[in-house]
Amino acid sequence: MKRSVLISFLLLLLALTLSLAIGSVFLTPSELWNVLLGRGTPTAMQIVWAIRLPRTVLIVLTGMALAGSGTAYQGLFRNPLADPFLIGVASGAGLGAVIAMSVKWPYSFWGLMAVPMASFLGALLTVFAVYFVARVGNTVPTTNLILAGVAISSFATSLTSFLMLRSTGEVRRALGWLLGGASQGGWTAILALLPYLAIGLGILLLSGHILNLLQFGDDQAQQLGLNVGRARALVLAAASLSAAAAVAFSGIIGFIGLIVPHIIRLWVGGDYRRVMPLSILGGATALLLSDVLARVLLAPQELPVGIVTSLAGAPFFLWVLRRAKNQGYW
Amino acid sequence: MLKIENLSAAYHEHPVLRGISLEVKNGEVLALIGPNGAGKSTLIRAVSGVIPYTGQVRTNGDDFAALTSMQRARYIAVVPQAISLPPAFTVWETVLMGRTPYLGFLGHASEQDEELARRSLERVHALELIDRRVGELSGGEAQRVLLARALTQSTPILLLDEPTAHLDLQYQVSLLELVRDLARKDNLAVLVALHDLNLAARYADRIALLVGGVEKAVGTPNQVLRPELIEAAYCLPVHVVPHPFHEGPLVLPAERS
Repeated sequence: MKRSVLISFLLLLLALTLSLAIGSVFLTPSELWNVLLGRGTPTAMQIVWAIRLPRTVLIVLTGMALAGSGTAYQGLFRNPLADPFLIGVASGAGLGAVIAMSVKWPYSFWGLMAVPMASFLGALLTVFAVYFVARVGNTVPTTNLILAGVAISSFATSLTSFLMLRSTGEVRRALGWLLGGASQGGWTAILALLPYLAIGLGILLLSGHILNLLQFGDDQAQQLGLNVGRARALVLAAASLSAAAAVAFSGIIGFIGLIVPHIIRLWVGGDYRRVMPLSILGGATALLLSDVLARVLLAPQELPVGIVTSLAGAPFFLWVLRRAKNQGYW
Repeated sequence: MLKIENLSAAYHEHPVLRGISLEVKNGEVLALIGPNGAGKSTLIRAVSGVIPYTGQVRTNGDDFAALTSMQRARYIAVVPQAISLPPAFTVWETVLMGRTPYLGFLGHASEQDEELARRSLERVHALELIDRRVGELSGGEAQRVLLARALTQSTPILLLDEPTAHLDLQYQVSLLELVRDLARKDNLAVLVALHDLNLAARYADRIALLVGGVEKAVGTPNQVLRPELIEAAYCLPVHVVPHPFHEGPLVLPAERS
C-alpha cells in the first residue's frame, strides 16, 4: 500500500509539473520553481498564479471527484461499468446546473454555490431514476444499467440543449463549460467547489470497508453487521455530491470515473480501502494529463478536456465491456 | 440457544412462512428439510434479519427485533451458498470481514481480530488457501472459507443455507462433519437448511420438515423421516429403512405405482 501511494504521488507530481509548465509559453522546471517560491519574472508569475495554477487545481479536484465517485458507483452497483458519465449522473447534474444558471447566474461566490446545489439535486434524481429502472431484485445488471443510463442521460441532455437554445447570455457561456472546458472560474470557482468536495470525497475516502462488504451482496453485508440501507444512502449521496460538484464547475467529462478505478484494481486488487484513495489520486493525474494533451494537440487552439477523455475512454469502455462479459463481473 | 416463536414472513404480501416455532439448543444441529419453495432459505433470511417478519426470534430472553444489524451479527452468523462471490478479494480479506460486527466504520482489524481469523481458517482446514482469490476457489474450498468467515464472527448461533448444494459427495460429508464438530466443541446452536434427507438424518440431532411455509413436523430423524410424512411433503413414494451402517433411518425413493 505504501509503495503504491508513493508511486501515485510521484505520478501526480509529474502531471502537476507538466500542467504548470506547458502552454502557449513554456516554463522550464527551474523557472517554475522560482515562480512557486515567489522569485519568478512578472510575466511568469502572472501566467502561473492567475491562469495555470487555478486551472490546474480545478482539474485536480475535478479528476479526484470523478474517479472517487466512479469507484463508489462501481462498488454500489456491483458493476464495473458504472461511471458518473455512463449512468447519466453527469447529464443529470448538468441539467440541474443549467436550470440554476437559466434562473440567475451572478458570478459571485454565492451565485456559484447555487449551481452545484442544483447540480447535486439533478445528480441524485438521476441516480435514483437509473437505479429504479435498471434494478432487478437486489442487483443491477450491466445491460439494464447502461440502457437506463443512456435513456435518462439523453433525456437530460435534450432538456439541457432546449434550455440553452432558448436563452442567451450567461447560459450560452455554459456551452463550452458543458463540453468539459475548465478554463473559466479561477480561484472563486475553486473556493466554491471545495466545501462540496471536502464532504463528498471525505466520506468516500472512508467508505472502503462499506464498499467491500457490499460486494458480497446486500444479504451478506447485512448478516455481517452492516446497516445496508443507511450505508448505501450515505455512499450514494457522497458519490453524487462529488460528481455533481465536478460537473457544476468543470462540465461533463466522461470516462475518468470508469478508466481510473479499473487501472487501479488491476494494479492493487479489489480491496476498496486501497482502490478508493488510489483512484482519487489517479483521477487527478489522469485528468491533468488529459488536460495537457487538450492544450497541446491543436495548439494554440485548446480542446475541451472532455473530448480527450472520451477519445481515450470510449475504446477502453469497449475493452472493459468485453472483459466484463467474459468474466462475469469483478 | 435460538428460539423462533410463531414466525411469519411474506414477499409482496404473499405469505411464505406461517407460524414457525422452533428451538435450537446450544451444541445442537437442527436440519431444515422440505421440497423446493418450502421456505427454508426464507426462514434463514428472516432469522438473520434480512427480511421483515412477524413473531419473535430470541436468544436467552433477548429479542433480536430490538437489535441493530451490528448487534444481531454478534449473535448470528450465516454461511450462505458459495455462489457469485466477488472474485477480487483474497481468502484472508474475506475471512477477516467476519470481524465486521466488532469493528469501527473504517473496518480496521486489530492483531487479535487477525488471530481469530487465522484460527478460524485453521479449524476449517483452509489455512493454505489464505492468499488465494475467492474467485479461483472450488465450490468445496469456497464453502469452507465462508464457514471460516462465520466462525470469525464469534457468534453463539450459526445458520447455514444449503451449504452442500453445489458440492461433490466427499465435500458434502466433510463439511457437515466439520459443522457438527463445531457445534459440539463450541457449544453452538446450528440451524442448517439441507436438500439431502440422508445427510440430514446422519448429521442433524433433530430435523424440522417445512412444506409450503408451514412446519409439518419436528423431532429426531426417526420421528420426522417417516414414509407418510415424506411422501406427503415430496409427492413421491419412499421406503424408509434402518441405515445399515449408522444409527437412524435411510430414505430411498420407491417406484411410482
